[in-house]
Amino acid sequence: MTSKLSSFPGGLKLAGHKKLSTQTAIQKPPLSKKLILPLQQHIGAASSPIVEVGDKVLKGQKIARADGHVSVYLHAPSSGTVSAIDDHAIPHPSGLSALCITIETDGEDRWIERKPIPDFTAVSEHEIRQLIREAGIVGLGGAGFPSYIKLNPGIHHHVETLIINGVECEPYITCDDMLMRERSSEILDGLEIMQYALGVKRCVIAIEDNKPEALSAMELALASRTFKNTSIVVIPTRYPAGSEKQLIQVITGKEVPTKGLAIDLGIICHNVGTTYAIGRTINHGEPLISRIVTVTGKHVNKAGNFETLLGTPMHELLAFCETERKADDPFILGGPMMGYNLSGDHLPVTKTANCILVGVDDAAPATTPMPCIRCGDCATACPAGLLPQQLYWHARAKDLEKTQEYNLFDCIECGCCSYVCPSKIPLVHYFRFAKTETMNQQLETEKSDIARVRHENRLARQEAEKQEKEERQRQRKLALAASKAAKEKKAAAAASSEPESEEQ
Amino acid sequence: MPLSRLSSPFLSGVNRVTLHMLHLLLALVPAVIALVYFFGPSVLITITLAVVVAISAETLMLKLRNRPIKAFLLDGSAVVTAVLLAIALPPLAPWWLTTVGILFAIIFAKHLYGGLGYNPFNPAMIAYVLLLVSFPLEMTRWLPVVGLNEQALDFTSTFQVIFSGQLASGIDTMSGATPLDAMKTQIGLSKSPSLILQQSLFNGFAGQGWMWLNIWFALGGLYLINRRVISWHIPTAMLVGLASISLVTWLVSPETTASPIFHLLNGGTMLGAFFIATDPVTAATTIKGRLVFGAGVGLLTYIIRIWGGYPDGIAFAIIIMNMLVPLIDYYTQPRVYGAANK
Repeated sequence: MTSKLSSFPGGLKLAGHKKLSTQTAIQKPPLSKKLILPLQQHIGAASSPIVEVGDKVLKGQKIARADGHVSVYLHAPSSGTVSAIDDHAIPHPSGLSALCITIETDGEDRWIERKPIPDFTAVSEHEIRQLIREAGIVGLGGAGFPSYIKLNPGIHHHVETLIINGVECEPYITCDDMLMRERSSEILDGLEIMQYALGVKRCVIAIEDNKPEALSAMELALASRTFKNTSIVVIPTRYPAGSEKQLIQVITGKEVPTKGLAIDLGIICHNVGTTYAIGRTINHGEPLISRIVTVTGKHVNKAGNFETLLGTPMHELLAFCETERKADDPFILGGPMMGYNLSGDHLPVTKTANCILVGVDDAAPATTPMPCIRCGDCATACPAGLLPQQLYWHARAKDLEKTQEYNLFDCIECGCCSYVCPSKIPLVHYFRFAKTETMNQQLETEKSDIARVRHENRLARQEAEKQEKEERQRQRKLALAASKAAKEKKAAAAASSEPESEEQ
Repeated sequence: MPLSRLSSPFLSGVNRVTLHMLHLLLALVPAVIALVYFFGPSVLITITLAVVVAISAETLMLKLRNRPIKAFLLDGSAVVTAVLLAIALPPLAPWWLTTVGILFAIIFAKHLYGGLGYNPFNPAMIAYVLLLVSFPLEMTRWLPVVGLNEQALDFTSTFQVIFSGQLASGIDTMSGATPLDAMKTQIGLSKSPSLILQQSLFNGFAGQGWMWLNIWFALGGLYLINRRVISWHIPTAMLVGLASISLVTWLVSPETTASPIFHLLNGGTMLGAFFIATDPVTAATTIKGRLVFGAGVGLLTYIIRIWGGYPDGIAFAIIIMNMLVPLIDYYTQPRVYGAANK
């Protein structure tokens, strides 16, 4: 503990349900016969395949390259043969299909040659970032933003504080908790590399006070190191303390400016899982080919955390945990507050799949919402300082402009308002809808603006051409008139001279 | 798939709507007992009648509007409206007065505006104002506190008076002005407040019985704040607003105005502050807005009491402030996370 903590307004005390999945150590599920790897498992542009159907691949071999700046590489999680590159259902809120590389595993699990960096200080920060990019590492907390970008302060910024987010504030999820309990030392390895890449002065590891085991493991690991300016901060358990903006507020008392980024305050946040993955990549030469997934919920008999190869079909993982999923059970990827419904269990585990939740206690009732009575409980619970009751009123009326006036886009979709609503109104659902509508409208406006500009340019061009033409015609007429006049003059002159001659 | 299961959050807190209603009714119990003690059992009959009429009217309107009846009856809003209006009506209010009031509250003030959550004005107060301007005689005929007159009416004769309209012998001598009314009239006759307070109606302080009634309402209100059924903002702002303006005028001119204590503990002050102005549907919804709203109700109440045509001004004050709610809410938005400090 280095300094006094602040707090954020609103938020909720939620039942954690964490013990369900922390009773056993992290396990490895059996190798799947088929691994399905979506080309887009991160924010940004999808990766481009660099293998073809029929190619033999080794574990850790690159199978798709980064396409553009905000993109990363993708690797084969096990050895085998590329059996298909086609559309497959992926985990997505709207149940989309997208391009995936399917690998039939050969069961040998044979590694490609790994190139660990024994002393990372011997390579440049830039090279470290490139290695992390090539290892396919993205934010494993759930957002999936390419990590190498967040390890580059750029020339306009200076990073003062690196926050390692081990808060894990959502109920049920325990993958970060278990990782900190079991692999604290390797998390610190990753941390050291990040500090080097960012050239950062101060580092804070944030852990919620409902994880005493993880806390003591991390403290023990830190005590055996000689890190300077790295401290562990215990955060009071209150949802959504793990949200980046709220975490920054708790630790520093500062707020990320609207439309700004954490780096504007000189702060960078990374998840503990990401930190661990970076350590593995630099110290062991292992790209990101697996992640720890919490499988838990009311109907999972052997709930726990599983170090799962990317691409593993969820139904295999669920079968391994002896899950009895019923058709109308909530079946969620992520936590119960911010996760989304899964469209089926044949979807692959991806880089951002932190938790598979089957059945929850205190599930939202399947009743018709009652009218809003403006009690204001939602505003009291909102950590962003919004007025959900007013936003709801305008979102329902599709008055999108008004929702902007009430700062719709500052909503972090944490779900606190819906949770406390006595009328059981799915407020966040309305806000997502209003956001999408607004973005569509903006897109339409942009499109029509472009079309309008194009049309105006065309009109201007036509007008210019017309004027040019007229000008040319006028010139020609003038020239004609002039030559006519000259001719007439000549003729007149000739005529006047002719009679003279006639007279002569 | 129901809307609530379509997207996150998939969890939901405990439903407290019905629980809140029960707390609200429970908080009114001490004051109702006090009403019975000071003014006879009439209020019990009026409450029962009001609740029956309210539930019938609510059911009828829900049916006509094709709304689920059970869900909307269980929210308890109709019952709360009925009980609050019944408590605000004078004792021995004839049955038709209560019925007209409740029907107007439920049908016009609530359902014709779109039902629960859509009514801009507090239904109980709209009905109260309607009755007050339409039937001023019946609405201002309060009984003196039991003990001041010779004999209290028993349950049977109360029932008779309410439903038959037959005034029992001597009822005219029984009815009298409320302390607020008496104070206003007598100050108008150039008597000084300190002298007026010597009369038996006032027990030298605030008002015989009325003082206790207000104290019990206030205690019920504190219970509601403690149970988090209402927030402290509106009651506090309203009481502070009323107290400060009456303190100023009292200090400036003690010979023509009553003390802040008199105003705080008389008429519908505490009932209005804790139970009526706090109706979430019709009050301001932001924290700052609630303070403005409450203070406005307090100030207007005093202005109407002193310079208006009616002895009490709570109902008018609340309705006027209801009108200003959209404006108040718009200008009192909280600062959003990350927004520049103004």
